[in-house]
This record gives sequence, structure tokens and C-alpha cells, in this order.
Amino acid sequence: MDKNTKEQMNEEMADVQLIIGKILRLGVMISATVMLVGLILLIVKGNGGYPNNAFPTDFTDIWAGIATLKPYAIMMLGIFLLILTPVLRVVVSIYSFYREGDNLYVVITTIVLVILAISFIFGILR
Amino acid sequence: MINYALLMIAIGMFAGFAGAILGLGGGIILTPILTLIMGVDIKYAIGASIIAVIATSSGATIAYLRDKVLNLRVAMFLEIATTLGALSGALLTGVIDPKYLYILFGLLLLFSGYNMIRKLISHQEVLHLAHPDKLSSKFKLDSNYFDNVEGKTINYQVEHIPGGLAVMYGAGIASGLLGIGSGAFKVMAMDTVMKMPLKPSTSTSNLMMGVTAAASATVYFFNGSIKPMIAVPLALGILVGARGGSRIMRDMSARTIRMIFVPILFYIGIEMFLKGIR
Repeated sequence: MDKNTKEQMNEEMADVQLIIGKILRLGVMISATVMLVGLILLIVKGNGGYPNNAFPTDFTDIWAGIATLKPYAIMMLGIFLLILTPVLRVVVSIYSFYREGDNLYVVITTIVLVILAISFIFGILR
Repeated sequence: MINYALLMIAIGMFAGFAGAILGLGGGIILTPILTLIMGVDIKYAIGASIIAVIATSSGATIAYLRDKVLNLRVAMFLEIATTLGALSGALLTGVIDPKYLYILFGLLLLFSGYNMIRKLISHQEVLHLAHPDKLSSKFKLDSNYFDNVEGKTINYQVEHIPGGLAVMYGAGIASGLLGIGSGAFKVMAMDTVMKMPLKPSTSTSNLMMGVTAAASATVYFFNGSIKPMIAVPLALGILVGARGGSRIMRDMSARTIRMIFVPILFYIGIEMFLKGIR
């Protein structure tokens, strides 16, 4: 590989990294804000909104809880959004590699996303 | 309640700070603190640790992407092996006796710690040039980063790609089946096996461990192992701590990071080995 293409590739990589960094920051800020709102509400109200200190673990209960501003429901949503941030990172990486014309890495990153999706489904089914 | 939340935030800040610098998820530090000191049930401690790994990863990666110290291609390339490993680990639950894995992985970590000490003694830090490697050029894994301490851009090559993939697959199995040690194995695969410099290794490990942990996090989320009262303040503290850690890391020498890393590696290694022979 000659020097020019190597430098070009490094610059390309820098752009990709900046885009992913910005979108990741947005995702982290959204999930942190939701978690913080839930935590403040919990401290103000003094309880999670569920009897016996229980908390919701499926989407139906979480949505219902958010509608009535139950602190634990909002906190669980924040946690779920945080779990999604690494997935977001992979999705944005695929798009960025595609935009930079690096097809090899579009394929590699898509394989990672597919394996991740299988794990998610496996996790829900188990 | 406010005191409990503040205490969790403080613990999180510490774990996030250390985890960001060392490329570790912090589960190995958090689980004992939560169970022994805070009296948290082990089930909830493991659930909180998984969230902690993701928070450390996402918090630190923002800075490492901006500073361009991590290697995104190496991360995505090796991520195939870790996610496959995590999936196999989940499938193997109940088939393999975890005992033998604890012994095997424990010994691997001790061996890696020994290698790191050799590096410290021989003063060979960054500038070891790996041999030009066919696979590495094919997958465009060679890269560079700007080292604040050395004050210059450091070009590096990586080698032993199949070996690195094998250890990464093992790291995936370890996190899927045993739920711990995934960060330590990732740093070991890149630094010890593939001869990548330490700073890109720990920061790339940070990016990767969040992706690996996300794969198993949904299981814990839906089975109720993640308690909001524990996980939320912890995660918020970690996000702040990881941000701080990733800033400090820029100005630390690789040698200093390695000196902090070695005892932790031995600690985790011995801990795992003992779990296996018990």
C-alpha cells in the first residue's frame, strides 16, 4: 500500500469515528436523562410506585407505569435505552463504513449485528 | 433513600473511572463491593454488573472515538469472535461444567500477567514493531494513534490474527457462560497475542465489551435480575466516572497503565482458578 492511500484511509477512519462518537453521545445522553428523571422522581415520591418494592420487567408493564409516572417504570426504560447504546454503535458503524465505501467492513459489521440480533432473540425466548 | 442513591453513584464513579482506563468492565470489582459491603443479593449484583459494563463501555467510548485512540476495524473484526463466543456460552450452559473453564481461563490470565511483567522488566513498551502480517493488511487492521505522553503519532501493526480471534472467542464464552472477565481477556488478546500497543488495546476493549454485554443483558433485563434502585444510580455514577477516566488515560504512560493492570490481572486469575478447584 503506498503512502497516499494509507493516509487517505486514516482520514476516512477519523471521520467514521467522529460520526459514531456523536451519535453514541446522543444515545447515552438520552438514556442518562431518562434514568436521572426516574431517580429524582423516586427520591421526591419516596417510593417506586409498585407494592412490595416490585418493579416492571416487560414492555407492557413499563409503558403502563410510564403513563402514570411511576419512578421504577421510568428507570427501567432508561436502563433499556442504555442496553441499546452498544447496538446503536454497531448500526451506525455499518452506515459509516458504507458511506466511506469500505464494503469489506460493511459485511464484517453486518455479521456482528446479525449475531447480536440472534442473541437478543435467544435472550427473550429463554 | 437519597443516601443509598448517593453511595451507589459514588461506587459507580470509582468503578467507571478504573474500568475506562484499564479496559475492564468492572464486574470483578463491583460484584464483591455490592454483595459483601452493600449486602446486595448475588442475582441482583450480577444484573447490576452487566449494566455497569455497558455504562463503562459507552461512557468511555465517546472520548476514545473523539481522541481516535481506539481501533474500530480491529474492534468490529474481533467482535465476530466474541459475539459468537457469547452465544456459544449461552448455549453451552448446563452442558459444560464451568469448573474446568474457571481453571483454564484463570491459568490463561496468570500467564498473561506473567507476560506483562516481562514487558515491564524489559522496558519494551510501545515501539515493538510486529512482523508484517498478510491477514492484518488484508483486513486493514494496522493503524496509528497520537500518544500524549510520547508527544507523537505512533504507527503500529498487529500480528497473530488467528490467535487473537481464538482468545476473543474464549472471552465471549467466558462472558456468556461465566458472566465475568470479558474485558481482561480482550486486552490480553490484543496486547499479548496480537502485539497491539496497550492504549489502543484497552480503549478498543472498552468499545467491544459493551457490544458483548448487550448480547446477554436482555436475558437479565427480562428475568428481573436488574433492580432499578441499584442499577440506575450505579450507571449514572459510572457514566461520569468513565468520562473522567478516559480523559486521564490520555495523559498516562502505557507503562503506568500496565503497572496498575498487572496486579488486577493476577487477582482475577487467582480468583477464577480458586473457583475452579473448589
